[in-house]
Amino acid sequence: MTLNARIKIQRDGFELDVQLDVDEGETVAVLGPNGAGKTTLLRALSGLIPIVGRVELAGEVLEDSETRVRVPTERRHVGLVFQDHVLFPHLTVLDNIAFGLQAQHRADARHVARDWLQRAGLEDKATSMPRELSGGQAQRVALLRTLATEPRLLLLDEPLSALDVTIRAEVRRELSRQLASFRGVRLLVTHDPLEAIALADRIVVLERGHVVQSGTPEEVTARPRSRFVADLAGVNLLRGKAHGDHIKLANGASVAAPEAGEGDVFAVIHPRAVSLFLMRPEGTPRNVWQGETENIDLHGERVRVRVNGPVPLVAEVTPSAVRELHLHAGAPVWIAVKATEISVYPA
Amino acid sequence: MTKRVVVVLVTGLLAACGSSSASGLSTPQTDVTVFAAASLQPAFDKIGARLLTTKRFKTTFSYAGTQTLTSQLTQGAQADVFASADKEHMNTLLDAGLVAAPLAVFATNKLEIAVARGNPKGIHTLTDLARPGLVVVLADPSVPAGKYAQQALRNARVTVKPASLELQVTGVLSKVALGEADAGIVYVSDIVTSGKVDGVSIPDDENVTAVYPIAPLKSATNPAGAKAFIDLVLSTDGQAILKAAGFQGV
Amino acid sequence: MTQLRVPAALVALAGLGLLFFLLPLAGLIVRAPWNQAAASIGSAETVTALELSFFCSVTATAIALVLGIPLALVLSRTSGTLRSVLRALTTLPMVLPPVVGGVALLLAFGRTGLVGSFLYQGFGIQIPFTTAAAVMAETFVAMPFLVIAVEGGMRSLDPRYEEAARALGARGWMVFARVTLPLLRPAIFSGAVLCWARALGEFGATITFAGNFPGRTQTVPIAVYIALETHPDSAILLSLVLLAVSVAILVAMRDRWLGAP
Repeated sequence: MTLNARIKIQRDGFELDVQLDVDEGETVAVLGPNGAGKTTLLRALSGLIPIVGRVELAGEVLEDSETRVRVPTERRHVGLVFQDHVLFPHLTVLDNIAFGLQAQHRADARHVARDWLQRAGLEDKATSMPRELSGGQAQRVALLRTLATEPRLLLLDEPLSALDVTIRAEVRRELSRQLASFRGVRLLVTHDPLEAIALADRIVVLERGHVVQSGTPEEVTARPRSRFVADLAGVNLLRGKAHGDHIKLANGASVAAPEAGEGDVFAVIHPRAVSLFLMRPEGTPRNVWQGETENIDLHGERVRVRVNGPVPLVAEVTPSAVRELHLHAGAPVWIAVKATEISVYPA
Repeated sequence: MTKRVVVVLVTGLLAACGSSSASGLSTPQTDVTVFAAASLQPAFDKIGARLLTTKRFKTTFSYAGTQTLTSQLTQGAQADVFASADKEHMNTLLDAGLVAAPLAVFATNKLEIAVARGNPKGIHTLTDLARPGLVVVLADPSVPAGKYAQQALRNARVTVKPASLELQVTGVLSKVALGEADAGIVYVSDIVTSGKVDGVSIPDDENVTAVYPIAPLKSATNPAGAKAFIDLVLSTDGQAILKAAGFQGV
Repeated sequence: MTQLRVPAALVALAGLGLLFFLLPLAGLIVRAPWNQAAASIGSAETVTALELSFFCSVTATAIALVLGIPLALVLSRTSGTLRSVLRALTTLPMVLPPVVGGVALLLAFGRTGLVGSFLYQGFGIQIPFTTAAAVMAETFVAMPFLVIAVEGGMRSLDPRYEEAARALGARGWMVFARVTLPLLRPAIFSGAVLCWARALGEFGATITFAGNFPGRTQTVPIAVYIALETHPDSAILLSLVLLAVSVAILVAMRDRWLGAP
């Protein structure tokens, strides 16, 4: 069972242009900042929004704008779990879960629903109303409600972001379990990289309606192709034109990097590889620039210092280093990066 | 600041309520207010126009069922003249002490059966009104025309099952004119001035004569105008207008 | 005493508003000839008028529910000029003077009316002067209240509930019956109460389209109007009976049913 989707949507000045192929057996997370089009993508796959393109699931064409085929939402057998559960407030937990089964005209709907509740350990909540549930419980019930219909494609819209940070881990573990035993295509969208990395086998990065990167969590974070992912991974990302042993950035600055190759490249510099000096250092680092401290963030025992200059970078240093150098916002400072610490890959 | 706004609002409200007389805003001395039975409208409108050209009094009419006007006046409505469709309602006002001078009977009216143009249902007598399947509309017995109609039917020894008992005799007329009713009992004057229906006369031995009294009222703000109006109604000119409208003389 | 968290000026205005409602009611109660009450209230005419009024108003409300809820649904799903036109049409009866509404009904359903003539000539059916006409007149003036209340309820409904239902495989009718309608319950209820109250008090359209005949079309408002001229005391008593029954019904409508699910 595979999902093959080529989706184009143009609405209110926003454009979504995505090609997505997902196999049964792999959980794909679409990761992107807010406004990237993630929810729009899910709604399009569910059939709630018309598209230009083609969606094929398990060999069945769900939508094809050229042949004007459009299977309505209720017949797609696609499960959609909303961000904040959207449980029917006037039905009990049991009736909520049985709803989809009743839509399939199953006489044993409530019986099957009770089974799902039992397996999730929530049987005692069967007669409760949604408003009596905690956030975590409600989200779990919402997932059960969708799983009970045994959809072919499971779509999860930011499944954990509406939850308290403290219960997120627990729900994430359960979600991971459910996903593992789910037989079908699994697709979730999120803006939280932790969620993506923890739950997905493959990450697709979506920014402003376009896919900028796709790969395993490790691949994506090791070689980010956008500021968003770089920020997530906590690394510095530069982009420029390589000329053998150095890279020329758009603003004219030059970064020395051995074996940079030729052509458009990305360069990743870990903040730990960035050193700060009060005066121009004399030593081996080929990359030395003068800059101005923009801001300083404390992260536990490490400090991240953002420096502006010809090559803006974030440096990671110790608190005592900050004290010794009397670093503060606006203070002039010199940066140095060893060329060997820079990893370069084609753009 | 808000307290002051409230005070101003409340005072204004009370001032607006309290200043005028019980009947509402007072009228200038060239206006005459006449309460008249609905059936008098066509004739009185012409008389009012005549009064304007001859005596420069502007007449404002309030036409309704006699019983409606009577109850309004007993509740304190203000008018200069009252013209009733029967003596009983005028007596009610007399008993209540609301009439300024003795009343004068200025017209009579007889009843007539109103039917659609061309009389398609072939109605010729009151007895025909009892025909099954016929839609007959009468005025409610609380209205003088309705009371008279019941009397006429009793005189003819006919029992009619009306579809509706209208609150004004003009309602009966309009239902017949619109084609909703096959027949109705109205005044002769109604048929004359309507022009949209045909009439079937009722023989005198079954018919009822409605007597129309008119009188000035004690609550009159324009007694001179009231007298002028009544005099015009009783004059040859007024009587001619009334006759042209289908009323019969006194 | 609990503190009302409303500015004093607004409380004063609210008090004035309350007084405006209470004084006429007090007038009715104080001036009623209580010693004649028993005889008057139990009289055949009174009972007949009351029975007819309740029958007509409840029937009118039922019709308004069956036709008005779908209408509200359609209204809430349209947009642009079409919506403006539809909304103007459905609220027109609210703006029309009732008597004008009655005349319009005559011109449509009377013996010589647009639809009525066809019914009369084809089947011999005459609508004016019947109880059905009274029900139609009341439905005409009262249904807009229901439509507006339900449409408002629909617009404030989170569309994701219906989307969730569809994603679970529910087809159109199931979505409507098991999700939309139950979630609209408070709006439907308050709309129905408004509609019923308006239908109960209707006079102008009824008298014009259905006429007046005891037991058939003489609803309480018409009976009171006639009684007022001839027997004012029974008019007052009749008004009070209607008032008492209406208040009893409205009080019995618990807040719970009018509140959110």
